[in-house]
Amino acid sequence: MPMPFIVTCDTLAKSYRRGKVQALRGVSFEVAEGEMFGLIGPDGAGKTTAFRILATLLLPDSGSVAVDGLDVVRQYAEVRRRIGYMPGRFSLYADLTVEENLAFFAATFGTTIAENRHLIEDIYTQIEPFRERRAGKLSGGMKQKLALCCALIHAPRLLLLDEPTTGVDPVSRKEFWEMLAKLRVEYGISVIASTPYMDEAAQCDRIALMQDGAFLTTDTPRGIIGSYKQRLFRVRSGRMHALLADLNEWEGTQTAFSFGEAYHVTLAPGKDEADLRAYLVSKGHADCDVSEAKPEIEDCFMALAQTSEENEPR
Amino acid sequence: MKQFSAFLLKEFRHMGRDWRTLLILVVMPVVMVLLFGYAITTEVTQTRTAVLDPTHDYLTRRITDRIAANPFFELTATCASAEEVDALFREGRIDLAVVFAPELASAKAADASAVVQLLIDGSEPNQAAVRQGYAMQVIQEELLTASVASGEPVTDVSAQIPLINVSTRMLYNPQGKSAYNFVPAVIGMILLLLCTLMSSISIVREKENGTMEVLLASPLSPAVIIAAKLVPYFVVGMVNLLSILCLAHFVMGVPVEGSLVAFLALSVLYIGVALALGLLISTLVSTQLAAMLLSMLMIVPTMYLSGLVFQLDAMPLPAQAVSTIIPARWFMDGARRLMIQGVEVRHLFTNFMVLGAELLVLFGLSVLLFKKRLE
Repeated sequence: MPMPFIVTCDTLAKSYRRGKVQALRGVSFEVAEGEMFGLIGPDGAGKTTAFRILATLLLPDSGSVAVDGLDVVRQYAEVRRRIGYMPGRFSLYADLTVEENLAFFAATFGTTIAENRHLIEDIYTQIEPFRERRAGKLSGGMKQKLALCCALIHAPRLLLLDEPTTGVDPVSRKEFWEMLAKLRVEYGISVIASTPYMDEAAQCDRIALMQDGAFLTTDTPRGIIGSYKQRLFRVRSGRMHALLADLNEWEGTQTAFSFGEAYHVTLAPGKDEADLRAYLVSKGHADCDVSEAKPEIEDCFMALAQTSEENEPR
Repeated sequence: MKQFSAFLLKEFRHMGRDWRTLLILVVMPVVMVLLFGYAITTEVTQTRTAVLDPTHDYLTRRITDRIAANPFFELTATCASAEEVDALFREGRIDLAVVFAPELASAKAADASAVVQLLIDGSEPNQAAVRQGYAMQVIQEELLTASVASGEPVTDVSAQIPLINVSTRMLYNPQGKSAYNFVPAVIGMILLLLCTLMSSISIVREKENGTMEVLLASPLSPAVIIAAKLVPYFVVGMVNLLSILCLAHFVMGVPVEGSLVAFLALSVLYIGVALALGLLISTLVSTQLAAMLLSMLMIVPTMYLSGLVFQLDAMPLPAQAVSTIIPARWFMDGARRLMIQGVEVRHLFTNFMVLGAELLVLFGLSVLLFKKRLE
């Protein structure tokens, strides 16, 4: 009988420096077989710690994690055979060529490039023209594609990708996610990926929004956006810098943060769009442009992050 | 096995790509041996000598001839005055001057204080001491033969030159050739420097570059990682050992009096200890800089406490006690005795035992400390 979940994680906690830094505060989640699960959160949210525990590289303080039904602490050797891990920073040999890197990582798993070529075909054909080039001389996007090939070459059951698109140009980022989607569909490889880019979250089946070592929520991207109940306004004016200061000053503002080229603003109970306009005009933003906006993952994250901070002041 | 050979291939590739470092690793030992063997020498050769002989009598001419005939001395000038001698010293053209007093011929009658004076350039004290001793010996011998021949006892030629001829003879290294002494010492230093420093750096580099994280998350066993990391530097160590040995033996004429097999066995054991030390260092630190500093920290006491620079017997007891755990001490001592004294292997039992025990302890400790995870 196949395991229903590739990963089951139960109240996982981890601290550093003898408890002074709480990296994970009792995180629980499950990842279904063949699912693409996203860990979304800012730097320092605990994403890398979670990956390292999943990759058997760190021991949890408490809680348990099973990968493919195997305990990551007791059965770490077997877990290592079944995962493909791509750390957050570039971790290939800069002085070896593309092909040498790939061949080496294939050999460490007791396989060869030829044996699993089909798995990496799409990605590898893109970097193959540079196979004689040293890995250190590749562009950011190429490096990440090579790293993905190296993590995939032994046909893992689960891919663990820690911020795979950080430092990669937008076009390559998009390509990267498309490749992951294809891997999952064609070969049933489960993926857990993290990203600080909220716009990439929509690529995942389910995401967990993470902050300060805890999950704010876990749901499908659509579900998370659907649970956003507030009215959201998009605000612009000629003096953007002063605008944010004025927004933050006003008692009618609940949240205001920069979103692309505008600010996303939610209002305190009892205030509406007309109040906002009147206030901004009174502050000299006669040219202000206020419109109702559709919430995105980032808005949900900001709203949840604020509620969680209000609930447990630190 | 496939994992191991792939890893080994990778290590040799790293080495080949960094050919400048490799060149230093292979050439530096040769340069060091040549430097120690030829340039930085403590032996005394070709003492340029001047003679100031105002009397030109039978005895002074015999002494002068004797000096001229000795390969140790090179008679470069015959001076007429003390000023001339002085000038030659200042110009750096002579190392030693023999100045005969005018009264030497009638020494038996005179009170004979300082009838033969030796002037020596003392700016290199060690060489000066050797030159003084040898010159005095030559002159005394001549005076002695002269007095025996003439049947008259030479009672007191000079207050500074005692008549009792203290004859010393150096065993095993009669010419006092410094290469004999230095070659085993340099082999000991270089092997420690290269094997410890390079192996520790090569492992720590994986940590610093983040590749260790990927290696640990793979099914590679620590044994494979450790072995593949150490084997290349074992090879480099052996290449160095053999190149130094060939250079020393065939070019510089350093003998291998004892068993070559025993010498190689001792060297292999010593390389093993050096590699284990590098491995231990790599488990303790996480940056290449720290690994380098810690390796250097190991090498300084080795210089001082192995008998390479300072004599061990002359050290205070605590220092002598510490020196007993310095692997280089046991290697250098064993290597010297095998190469130059030609002792039988059974006399080196202690050396083999100490190095063997250190290998086991260091290696065992490193394997225990080697982390299977990131913490």
